[in-house]
Amino acid sequence: MRVLAAMSGGVDSAVAAARAREAGHEVVGVHLALSARPATMREGARGCCSVEDSRDARRCADVLDIPFYVWDMADRFREDVIEPFVAEYAAGRTPNPCLRCNEKIKFSAVLDRARALGFDAVATGHYARLDDGVLRRAADPDKDQSYVLGVLTADQLAHAMFPLGDSLKSEVRAEAARRGLVVAEKPDSHDICFIPSGDTRGFLSDRVPDAPGELVDAVSGAVLGEHGGVQNFTVGQRHGLGLSRPAPDGRPRYVLGIEPVSRQVRVGPAEALEVTALTTETPVWHGPRGVVGDVTVQVRAHGGLAPASVEVHDDGLAVTLGAPLRGVAPGQAVVVYHGDRVLGSATIAATS
Amino acid sequence: MTYLDHAATTPMLPVAVAAYTEALGRVGNPSSLHTAGRRARRDVEEARETIAAAVGALPTEVVLSTGGTEGDNLAVKGLYWARRAQDPRRTRVVVSAVEHHAVLDAAEWLASHEGATLVVLPVDAVGRVTPEALRAELAAHGDATALVSVMWANNEVGTVNDVRGLAEVAHEFGVPLHTDAVQAVGSLPVDFAASGADALSLTGHKLGGPVGVGALLLRRDATCVPLLHGGGQERDVRSGTLDVAGTVALAAAVHAAVEAVPRRVVELAALRDDLVARLIEAVPDATLNGVPLDAPAVNGGPARLAGNAHLSFPGCEGDSLLMLLDAHEIECSTGSACTAGVARPSHVLLAMGVDEAAARGSLRFSLGHSSTAADVDAAVAAIGPVVERARGALARAGERVGS
Repeated sequence: MRVLAAMSGGVDSAVAAARAREAGHEVVGVHLALSARPATMREGARGCCSVEDSRDARRCADVLDIPFYVWDMADRFREDVIEPFVAEYAAGRTPNPCLRCNEKIKFSAVLDRARALGFDAVATGHYARLDDGVLRRAADPDKDQSYVLGVLTADQLAHAMFPLGDSLKSEVRAEAARRGLVVAEKPDSHDICFIPSGDTRGFLSDRVPDAPGELVDAVSGAVLGEHGGVQNFTVGQRHGLGLSRPAPDGRPRYVLGIEPVSRQVRVGPAEALEVTALTTETPVWHGPRGVVGDVTVQVRAHGGLAPASVEVHDDGLAVTLGAPLRGVAPGQAVVVYHGDRVLGSATIAATS
Repeated sequence: MTYLDHAATTPMLPVAVAAYTEALGRVGNPSSLHTAGRRARRDVEEARETIAAAVGALPTEVVLSTGGTEGDNLAVKGLYWARRAQDPRRTRVVVSAVEHHAVLDAAEWLASHEGATLVVLPVDAVGRVTPEALRAELAAHGDATALVSVMWANNEVGTVNDVRGLAEVAHEFGVPLHTDAVQAVGSLPVDFAASGADALSLTGHKLGGPVGVGALLLRRDATCVPLLHGGGQERDVRSGTLDVAGTVALAAAVHAAVEAVPRRVVELAALRDDLVARLIEAVPDATLNGVPLDAPAVNGGPARLAGNAHLSFPGCEGDSLLMLLDAHEIECSTGSACTAGVARPSHVLLAMGVDEAAARGSLRFSLGHSSTAADVDAAVAAIGPVVERARGALARAGERVGS
């Protein structure tokens, strides 16, 4: 096959490209330039879009003896990932940009262009297993990224390749060193690549105009204070509420819900965060129709697991949890697993 | 492999390789007074005389440097500082819109850090600066102008400027003119004295010499503040131990390339004309950017670099074309500036009035001394299917954006 290896400049995508090549595929490395004005040097452990990262990727491609190009995806990334990310926060929801990037950039814009240019598949350094079009959790439970790939359709998965799914991260690093890849010891990237400072609130405050609203006690209905805008809040958040007085019972208060129209933010005790049902939209489903029991759902990238049963509709999944989950934020994806197999996903619209 | 990227760098000429490798074996710093130093000094000075003779300069006007970027920076910044020191009103730096980044970014830096006012001269639809445009600028601001910099031949579209005419206009207003002739020397007749230019950058690796050696030709009467301070080896304008082997190789390459110009211009233009005609035959809506192939001569030489073929392929992304041609072992360029390898639409094409989509779908094929008819055949054979595939890719992207 002709395989396009998306190379971020990190160790995972470099080893993925190496393995695709070793498997006998004709591999071309492509670094995605996602920022119109990339920084010259990488800052800290965040981001993968600096010129330095691009050079790391190119150096790895050289060592692997594969052609290497940089594709400018900055416009698409801004339109399909960054702008919706800002809009979601402004609407009081909590988006997952990594998942959106996989859905709209890596396995859409890049995959489409790759197929049009004669490639058969896009390979990435994600930790997930893919057998005959079935997406499964990775062998390394700490690195498993099937959650952020759960949004991919059958057609997208049919042209995806995840060569690291059966490996532990430690094995991948060792392999990189053995192959002479300079990125073998490069730190893992964390958080949101387009916010290298890590300051999501600051990033949003530069882009979302302040729109004050009330902070309301969910139990008593009392107005506790005012806030600068719903983009500053996420369901389950405890810190940064800006409340000067403690709750009467002295216990911490959490964001329970965000009402985008009135801009009212409801806060309350931890146990009030517990939800047992999810309604969702924009489903992607690979499993059987109807009511599917005995599944596990995951509602955020790390943790947030619960047994559940799912009723599958064309326009969403109705999820009934077998045990309550806390801090489930509308806008996040729910990914449904049967064992380690991904059955599908949807975007959380509401909880109860 | 079919190498059609000679404007990026061209293979070293055998005479230059021979001179280079022979000189590498000898010890000697030309600034030393002993026998080895004297021998090295003699090698350098003979090389300097060879270069001077080949390009119509005096030996003392040859300031050896590391190449085009250093020459351009030294001329633009050094002339600016010197001219402003003579008269503090002179803060305007006049450059053409199609300059190489070594000139453009140096001038922008002067504007952002040294109090300069950057004046960008427009170009016409073929990428040429007219003496009238320069006259209009200097008539209004001649007294406040530090220098003018206009390239001899454009690296992307190959357009040749009337340097003599531009220098005459600059001198009417008492302003020095620098010209980046990196693409010109060895490709068309260049005579520094006859051109009237006050400073001229050239580099070895574009004409069959080594990378990392070049020269700034600087008129005897031009004053220029150095960028690099130290031993003052080159007229106190440029410091650094002289690269004897590199200079000897540069001289061998300049001599051979300049001597071959009359023959090479005819040969390359014939190959290039055949390439352009057949590319357009294969892709009928492709268009040639820059000066028409039959344009009248400029300063007694070709109006367009003889090896330059720069075309737009509607409906294509240049980097798709590049990648697909690379897979067919055809090596060419989009000719545009790169940041982290990201293709941006060329500032040269935009300045010529080419729209952004067409600018993105452009390729530069540049022929040189090792090019053959077989190279042309290979490029022509590949282009049809490559353009078709690249169009499919862009059309698909368009559908999704529209959906």
